[in-house]
Amino acid sequence: MTLYFTKEHEWLRVEGETAIVGITKHAAEELGELVFVEARDAGTVVQAGESIAVVESVKAASDIYAPVDGEVLDNNPQLSDDPARVSSDPEGEGWIVKFRLSNPDQLESLMDADAYAAFIA
Amino acid sequence: MSAETLLHTPLFTLHEEAGGKMVPFAGYAMPLNYADGIMAEHRHVREHAGLFDVSHMGQVRLRGRSGDGEAAAHALERLVPADIVALKTGRQRYTQFTNEKGGILDDLMVARMGDSLLLVINAACKDADIAHLQDELADCLVEVLEDRALLALQGPEAEDALAALAPAVRDMKFMDVRDVDVDGALCTISRSGYTGEDGFEISLPAMDASRVARKLLEQPAVKLIGLGARDSLRLEAGMCLYGSDIDETTTPVEAALEWSIQKSRRRGGAREGGFPGADVILAQLEEGVSRRRVGVLPEGRAPVRGGAPLYADVEFATPLGKVTSGAFGPTVEAPVAMAYVATEYAAPQTPIVAELRGRAVPATVHVLPFVPARFKR
Repeated sequence: MTLYFTKEHEWLRVEGETAIVGITKHAAEELGELVFVEARDAGTVVQAGESIAVVESVKAASDIYAPVDGEVLDNNPQLSDDPARVSSDPEGEGWIVKFRLSNPDQLESLMDADAYAAFIA
Repeated sequence: MSAETLLHTPLFTLHEEAGGKMVPFAGYAMPLNYADGIMAEHRHVREHAGLFDVSHMGQVRLRGRSGDGEAAAHALERLVPADIVALKTGRQRYTQFTNEKGGILDDLMVARMGDSLLLVINAACKDADIAHLQDELADCLVEVLEDRALLALQGPEAEDALAALAPAVRDMKFMDVRDVDVDGALCTISRSGYTGEDGFEISLPAMDASRVARKLLEQPAVKLIGLGARDSLRLEAGMCLYGSDIDETTTPVEAALEWSIQKSRRRGGAREGGFPGADVILAQLEEGVSRRRVGVLPEGRAPVRGGAPLYADVEFATPLGKVTSGAFGPTVEAPVAMAYVATEYAAPQTPIVAELRGRAVPATVHVLPFVPARFKR
């Protein structure tokens, strides 16, 4: 299992060809308490940079972008009733989608935890 | 606009100390929210009392050149559709500057203070409004009160919190305005606000603002509230945001603000018309309009934001209008919006459809406000 981060403030927990994707603690703090989360349906094939979910605070909607090419396998079923879970535990219970990587080589362009910490510092 | 050129209100240091997330707003660095976040701040105002810095708004004193308030009232009626002449000393009312087409240049509060009128105008419209007053009211002195701050204290516990420093405010009713000493500062206080709650707006010398704000924050019920919650509170209260819900293309009648046009200014009234666009607006009052501002309650939890198109049907065949403000309402615990719709669809409970990310979201026209007003009448 390896953890990656993106400049768009997402994290990916990769195991083999699948990854769990969410937003970082830093992003969650910037967005404030979330009131609505909507992820693309399982089976949706996306390229890096396409929207895989929308998260909404009281004030604004923000897209979550696919960090790499792949296919949405599953959404976090808890978030429809309790979107604030993303705010309270963004890097744990507040995960957003499960994702199949179609081109794992793309992971090399992402950051590790130390690089991300430096990025937001 | 870069951060260096943003203006600061007299409470800037207090905002930073309190952990305010400062954002550019109408040329000022203003707090969007503090550490508790928009949802908690919103609920705090509905349950206790919230202190808002609204010093970015414009404050203007208007006097007749002869020095009397009566002349200023007659003069201002040339620019707004409200009855200002009948406004008694110590009372305030809401109105709009209109243009020749009946559109709205800005909305404002007007208070009659003996020999003058006090106007509170929107920050983003300040320069244009002041030029408008100077150009059109040559018979008046237009004094821009640059050295005054403006605080709003709002919520069911606002009266107790302010009365602890100035007991006289307990006797004030909704839309009363009085000069009151608060901790040695000469304040002009009105019982009014932009949240739907009871509360006060406090105009005071800039040099006293931080001290008085800190005194108010010593009260256990009072917390600082940012612009984010100010917006969700006013939206639940059904109040217009200039530039979103009303602008130069919307008339007061389309905006469902005809309650702010008194009989004396309507057809057959003692001082009928005489303001820009009166022909359009007075005709609309009698003949109706083709679109109206309404509340919209979308189904589900997804907020429908400003700009979202509205339709009569899920096929998007019959367009009705569009959303002008939309957010999640923390007190309603559901998404809430304001919109203009074709008048045939403006009745409360009418089912309509909003387009959200290409999908049809069922919605209902809802009476405004979404949350009952709790003004002290």
